[in-house]
Amino acid sequence: MLFELAIKTKHSMKFDIEEWYKDLNKGDIILSHYGNISASGITVMLDKIEQEVNERAEKSKLRKRVHNVMIEALQNLYHHTDNPPKNVINKFGKNFATFVLKKESENNYSFTSGNFIDKNRIKSLKDRMDQINYLTSEELKILYKLILNNDEFSDKGGGGLGLVDIAKRTGHEYNYTFNNYTDDFYFFCLTITIST
Amino acid sequence: METLSLQGSPKTPTIEMNAESGVIEIKGRSIPENSIDFYRPVVEWLDSYAETAAEVTEVNIQLEYFNTSSSKCILDVFKKLENVFKNNGEKGVTINWYYEEDDEDMLEAGEDYQSILKIPFKMIELEE
Repeated sequence: MLFELAIKTKHSMKFDIEEWYKDLNKGDIILSHYGNISASGITVMLDKIEQEVNERAEKSKLRKRVHNVMIEALQNLYHHTDNPPKNVINKFGKNFATFVLKKESENNYSFTSGNFIDKNRIKSLKDRMDQINYLTSEELKILYKLILNNDEFSDKGGGGLGLVDIAKRTGHEYNYTFNNYTDDFYFFCLTITIST
Repeated sequence: METLSLQGSPKTPTIEMNAESGVIEIKGRSIPENSIDFYRPVVEWLDSYAETAAEVTEVNIQLEYFNTSSSKCILDVFKKLENVFKNNGEKGVTINWYYEEDDEDMLEAGEDYQSILKIPFKMIELEE
């Protein structure tokens, strides 16, 4: 539904990334980021997240779950953010990604990320997330093992194993929107809920 | 055959593979961006080891975290060990999968591998 709405608004309004990020970046923030995402940057971010979650004295089960999901979610961002046209890169920089990890309530964290995506990649990603949202936890377990044991899986995490892994761990649906930015690029916003 | 030793880092596990004693250990975190490159020497070592394996091979896996990119490589490692198991029979390979108390996700990961493979796994809970 949200996807359709975003498509309909195509030429009428460009998605306001700064405003969206500003609204999101409120509450009990564990870590937020707005800018280039790199492999070395992820290492530093994961360290910071671990420290911040430790300071909140969470139970080890939740602490580990948050960390596991963050490893996968940040590496997904790093591997799959697309570079938009030059004029947009001039504004946001290369390999731009943004995210906010926050504690929503006791035993409940949320992670919301945003990155550019080539419009040609939207359908397959949307289909994969809809499929995952539709599956039961038992079915997700079976799908995970099927993809894991499939020789076509690539080192980049192809086959969407990362997304299946996150859903299998969290047990929550993906909430997402694809928001038009240029003719060929959308801004993909994804929210993951992590709880025990 | 030489022992393969890889020192751990914040993103890669400590690996010790001793052909003489037949003890193979993988410990720590396995979250590199490029897991295939990291696990290549491990898989190659196991290819050679399968031909001259010790009578009993003991595999100790104690991972705190691993990413999905590593999960595929770890499966490749187990598949190489499955060859050793096929050659050496039931007592030939033992896989000890360690997980911390309360870490149900890590226990489940071990069970996932167990269900894909035809080697016996021992699930061992570590007290915190």
